[in-house]
Amino acid sequence: MAKKITDNISWVGKVDWELKMFHGNELSTRRGSSYNAYLIRGASKTVLLDTVWGPYDKEFVARLKEEIPLDKIDAIVMQHNETDHSGALRELLREIPGTPVYCTAKGEAILRGHYHQDWNYVNVKTGDKLDLGGGESLTFIEAPMLHWPDTMFSYYNGCGGVLFSNDGFGQHYASESLFNDEVPQAEMMREAEKYFANILAPFCPMVTRKVKEILAMNLPLAMICPSHGVIWRRDPASIVQQYLLWADAYAENQITIVYDTMWNGTRAMAEAIARGIEAADGAVTVKLFNAAKFDKNNILTEIFHSKALLLGSPTINNGYSYAVAGLLEMVKGLKLKKKSAAAFGCYGWSGEGVKLLSEHLASAGFNVVDEGIRAQWNPDAAALAACEEYGKAFVSKLQ
Amino acid sequence: MKKYTCNVCGYEYDPAAGDPDNGIAPGTAFEDLPADWVCPLCGVGKEDFSPAE
Repeated sequence: MAKKITDNISWVGKVDWELKMFHGNELSTRRGSSYNAYLIRGASKTVLLDTVWGPYDKEFVARLKEEIPLDKIDAIVMQHNETDHSGALRELLREIPGTPVYCTAKGEAILRGHYHQDWNYVNVKTGDKLDLGGGESLTFIEAPMLHWPDTMFSYYNGCGGVLFSNDGFGQHYASESLFNDEVPQAEMMREAEKYFANILAPFCPMVTRKVKEILAMNLPLAMICPSHGVIWRRDPASIVQQYLLWADAYAENQITIVYDTMWNGTRAMAEAIARGIEAADGAVTVKLFNAAKFDKNNILTEIFHSKALLLGSPTINNGYSYAVAGLLEMVKGLKLKKKSAAAFGCYGWSGEGVKLLSEHLASAGFNVVDEGIRAQWNPDAAALAACEEYGKAFVSKLQ
Repeated sequence: MKKYTCNVCGYEYDPAAGDPDNGIAPGTAFEDLPADWVCPLCGVGKEDFSPAE
């Protein structure tokens, strides 16, 4: 069912309370998500911005028909063409073929690549306008790699100024309320940060550049309408400022210890290192996560939030554990900046796990502060005391 | 030295700045970037860059 945002803007998307995994199984969603599509009724033109994910295509089109006769839609604006936004386009254009689809040139290539259809594409660039009548228009702002090459934002100069930002400023956060001022703030911000950490972190330089470019335009801004989660209606500038912080080598005073363990030796090391850190610096937040037991994307968010990472694994078959290896691969892709790290772990005989982890942490862009710490077999009291001392020393190396 | 723009994502390689995060010193001309250098933003190779307008 459509929901009214202003007198002439309606939300026509889909709230997906059941969603647990996104991007196949690459990204977990703790609190579902929504696929936001918007309908703007201008004085002379009615425009649909984005659609929804493919599994909801028929439902989307049926509900859109309840809101507006489809032949009254003058144009469709596709801001980003990943299938969670373009998934209902084929179903929709079957009903209203020939309707112009406004997108970037890269967007057209992606739509053609996904759906192999010769639709009525209209390529737009930064500064191009779609006139809606009555002095109102949509102005397009290309935003490549936020988070795909085709991404663009659309600025509507009506209603006090509305920025449609597609995935930018989004959250995988199902809510029956449309607006940021109507939901629990802490859980909303946790989802906004998880979204940034897992999806936008690799593109921080572009986030900074684009946000500054938009701020320099000095546009009136009453609302930011992303394609997932709630609309930023109360103080929309605050999430913009938060994005500048997140994009600038973000780190809170937190050290995250991530480990895997076979017979609890590496876990005991992790806990001893944590005791050492806590003893040396009472102000720092220390968190421990077993990589094999906890959600990978939540752990990545904790690493994004931290100034340092301690990564532990027992040596297994001359390497390290599956869960830690997967996490290393993912964290490398996030291209995090200015974070310190070190490795630790138990071993039986060959013991190269810690050295390998250190090398891979360095190649993932971490500042590896030392050679890490190992313990043979199950750590005894002396080995655990050494881990505590190691934790204390680790803190001093972060200064 | 000429600036180059990534055709895919719009990243601009500025020879004056180089790409220090990836071991490219300031003052390195685009032509002198190693063959395996990739766009630090989107990851495509040198062949996907064009001289900046």
